[in-house]
Amino acid sequence: MICEGKVWRYGDNIDTDVIIPARYLNTADPQELARHCMEDIDTTFVVKVQVGDIIVGGKNFGCGSSREHAPIAIKASGITCVIAENFARIFYRNAINIGLPVIEAGEAARAIKHGDVLKVDLGGGLVENKTTGQNFSIQPLPGFIQAIAQAGGLINYVTEAEKK
Amino acid sequence: MGMTMTEKILACQAGLTQVNAGQLIQCRVDLVLGNDITAPPAIHEFERMNRPIFDREKIVLVPDHFAPNKDIKSAQMCKTVREFANRHCITNYFEVGRMGIEHVLLPEQGLVLPGQAIIGADSHTCTYGALNAFATGVGSTDMAAAMATGQTWFKVPAAIKVNLTGKMPEWVSGKDVILTLIGLIGVDGARYQSLEFFGDGVANLTMADRLTIANMAIEAGAKNGIFPFDEITKNYLDGRVSKPYAPVAADEDAEYLQTIDIDLSKVSPVVALPHLPENVRPVSELDRIGIQQVIIGSCTNGRIEDLAQAAKILQGRTVHPAVRLIVIPGSQTVYLEAVQRGYTETFVKAGAVVSTPTCGPCLGGYMGILAEGERAVATTNRNFRGRMGHVDSEVYLAGPAIAAASAVTGYIAGPWEVVK
Repeated sequence: MICEGKVWRYGDNIDTDVIIPARYLNTADPQELARHCMEDIDTTFVVKVQVGDIIVGGKNFGCGSSREHAPIAIKASGITCVIAENFARIFYRNAINIGLPVIEAGEAARAIKHGDVLKVDLGGGLVENKTTGQNFSIQPLPGFIQAIAQAGGLINYVTEAEKK
Repeated sequence: MGMTMTEKILACQAGLTQVNAGQLIQCRVDLVLGNDITAPPAIHEFERMNRPIFDREKIVLVPDHFAPNKDIKSAQMCKTVREFANRHCITNYFEVGRMGIEHVLLPEQGLVLPGQAIIGADSHTCTYGALNAFATGVGSTDMAAAMATGQTWFKVPAAIKVNLTGKMPEWVSGKDVILTLIGLIGVDGARYQSLEFFGDGVANLTMADRLTIANMAIEAGAKNGIFPFDEITKNYLDGRVSKPYAPVAADEDAEYLQTIDIDLSKVSPVVALPHLPENVRPVSELDRIGIQQVIIGSCTNGRIEDLAQAAKILQGRTVHPAVRLIVIPGSQTVYLEAVQRGYTETFVKAGAVVSTPTCGPCLGGYMGILAEGERAVATTNRNFRGRMGHVDSEVYLAGPAIAAASAVTGYIAGPWEVVK
């Protein structure tokens, strides 16, 4: 899987309350959630995000609440993958389960700047910063994690596997 | 090699004699919990699998976040949960009027036993570690899968040993202990790890203190927090549970990444300043910070012991004219006991409102949302930006003693400033 897009760069400890504030959790509709994604720390995100864009965070990305609505909101915004120094554990698990690729890459996460254009080869394990020319090798995502993402989440992946 | 408490539970539930930190395992779960926010997406996913539920007695559904229904959309979500519970004859569905905040309710109802493995689609599921169980938060998809299979997968967490010694001074409670710990190690200090509590100080902690401490393990990034089984655990369980249970104790040679020592006698009442639970300061060192709202309640501090501490301070006193004090008992049982003990009268006479059990304001849902520029002292668990309302509002986390005292003074205050 290849992701290519512009970077939205955020800092450390991006919590699930800012990713999707609880005042919008009276729905689980992905498109409705996407309309409010990140709005408490960045009001420009929902206005300017393009399909294919990539979020880059610092340490402990996705800390706090277990709401699966957080990775759902990010994915429905058009974001194709999230790169961070590291992730909070529940968010990490939820992201994979709903089919949002997440990559732990300290060096890349620290070096990449807001607005940079990246090409991420999830299977090949390479992040190419097309703006700066820097390349970063990353742990390739295993085939089944890519397959979950391509199926649109774990439940689709499992039900499709049963049909085969 | 010896095992920690967490490793022993996970090994047992996975049907293995030994597990080690970092190992990926598939294991049975004893309870699968969901609430009105997380269960509806789980139900949606579950129904796409077209499978029966694994055990109608082991799924627990508690509408508590936006219940009693705060608006039409919330009402729809609660309805989804209720209808699912009815359709599958789920025993442990708790309706408004018979419910509570999930993590106050489940231990109180005797649903949590030592040695169990519990997952809940709520990050504060880690509360049940107080009862010598392994309990952790998951998302809705994991909940959906576990409702069908009765199983889930885990990476066995490495452990941090928290050695508690001594006895807490007056006005210090479990909240001050866990905030102090988070202040020491940071909001990612135990990321992916288990916090295992030990030491002679444990015997000096009530079950309410332990539940509060385990509740906020997630705020240090931990997968779970767990206490040893002792007389206090046994006394708490007696009369609540009828099933047999098997407590676990750590082996002498179990491995820990690090040991953190906390002398309980040196812990002082503390406050976590905005916007992270790790920004912990002794209340005595704070400048005068004016507040407009105080929340006493939540899965962290909504138990009768918490209300007792607040009532002791508010007895015969009044809430500052600039402050709105909202008291939220954590369950119907706590509510009734607060009425019987006269706490409710104390709160109302002081000028507080006493709400039905709900998570409401803790997560900025309803029942006490903050306006722009407002500050609250809350006995809740998170003070992230915008957590309780407007993005430019502020939440200061503290235990019930500081919260109650601050409601009287109108600024963040230690209890000694009110109770002379």
